[in-house]
Order: sequence, then C-alpha cells, then structure tokens
Amino acid sequence: MNAAAELSTGAAILVAFLVLAGASLTLLGCIGLVRLKNFYFRIHSPTLGTSFGTLLILLGSVIYFSITQQRLAVHEVLIFIFVTVTTPVTLMLLARAALYRDRAENNGNVPATPDEDMVDAPPPRKRSTKRADKRD
Amino acid sequence: MSETILFWSLSIAQVLLVLAMLAAVFRMIKGPRAQDRVLSLDALYVGAMLLMVVFGIRSGTTLYFEAALIIGVLGFASSVALAKFLMRGEVIE
Repeated sequence: MNAAAELSTGAAILVAFLVLAGASLTLLGCIGLVRLKNFYFRIHSPTLGTSFGTLLILLGSVIYFSITQQRLAVHEVLIFIFVTVTTPVTLMLLARAALYRDRAENNGNVPATPDEDMVDAPPPRKRSTKRADKRD
Repeated sequence: MSETILFWSLSIAQVLLVLAMLAAVFRMIKGPRAQDRVLSLDALYVGAMLLMVVFGIRSGTTLYFEAALIIGVLGFASSVALAKFLMRGEVIE
C-alpha cells in the first residue's frame, strides 16, 4: 500500500467510514436473508446490499482513487448504474416465478389468482375475442 | 497514520463481506425451495463483487474494478436465466 501514504488522515477516515458502512449494510441484508421466515419477506432484504451497500463502497472507491491518482476517477459509477438497473429486473422476475410456482402447487400461502374482471388488463375487444376463438 | 486506518478498516470490511457471503451460502444450502437458492445466489455474487472493489482499494490498482464489473454482468445474466427457468421450465423458448 504505497499510494495510501499520500492520503491525508481526514480522507482516510472518510474512505474507511464509507467502506465499513457499505460492508455493514451488505452484512445486514444477508443476515435478513437468513433470519426472515418467508420467501416474500426474504426477497426484500438483499436489496439493502445492492442499493446503499454498493453505493457507499463505490463512493469510498471513487474518493480513494480520485485522491491517489490525482484525477477524477469515476469508472465505479459504471458498476453502480449497472447494479441499480439490473437488480429490480432480476428480483421482479424471481418474485413472479415464485408466485407462479406457489399458485401452481396451490398450497395456500399466496393469494389465489384474481378474478377475470379484477385483472387490470384492458377489457376484451372484438379483435381479441376473435383471436381467442381462432385459437380454440 | 492514514495507512494504518485504511489497513484495519478495509480488513474489517473484507471480513464483514465474507460473513455476508457465508450467510448467503447458508441460505443457499438450507433454503427450502429453489427460489430461495436463486435469491441467495444473487446476494452471493453481489457480495463477491463488493469484495473485489474492496480488494481494489486495498491494492491501489484499478484491475480489480474490471473483475467486479464482469462478476456483476455475469451474475445478472445467470440470475435472470435461473428465474426464467423457474417460471417456464426452459431458458430459451
């Protein structure tokens, strides 16, 4: 760690605090993954690590490399944007798959499929009914 | 002084991230159903990615950043493929 000697004490404390806070949040999220009792509760907890855990650790990295390389180092923003965009996609797909599986097994721990008129799809028009007739 | 602060804080952060990954592995082994295992795999690769970033701060090179980016991309692809598999029974239709 030669480059760390260039850091002032205040900057080192800032980087240390950010990285420690991010790692603690990620650990909290994974403890929630162990301790919560239901899949639909558990799916919420790792997002603590993917939102603010990632943000704080990457912020610490940006500050560290910006000081030691004496230029603005913002390539970590790429990871942050990617993780922020992709995590909701993954978890929504996973939650839909889990809901589908629970409904298919019919074991009663999820609400049943809503009635036809409660689905927020647009009401069937003539074209769609025709298509449904053709399919039959 | 700053070197000592960074050494100890980054070491503790690495220990915390490894503990987080161990918690995810525990849920992956114990998890009653397949969706729990996929969820803990998701948490596991996020922990590995953050561990790579902390390694990068510790060693002072930006090489680990690229490893972290690759872990993120491949982890996203694998999680989406597994979720699609749970939903449909096949990945590419």
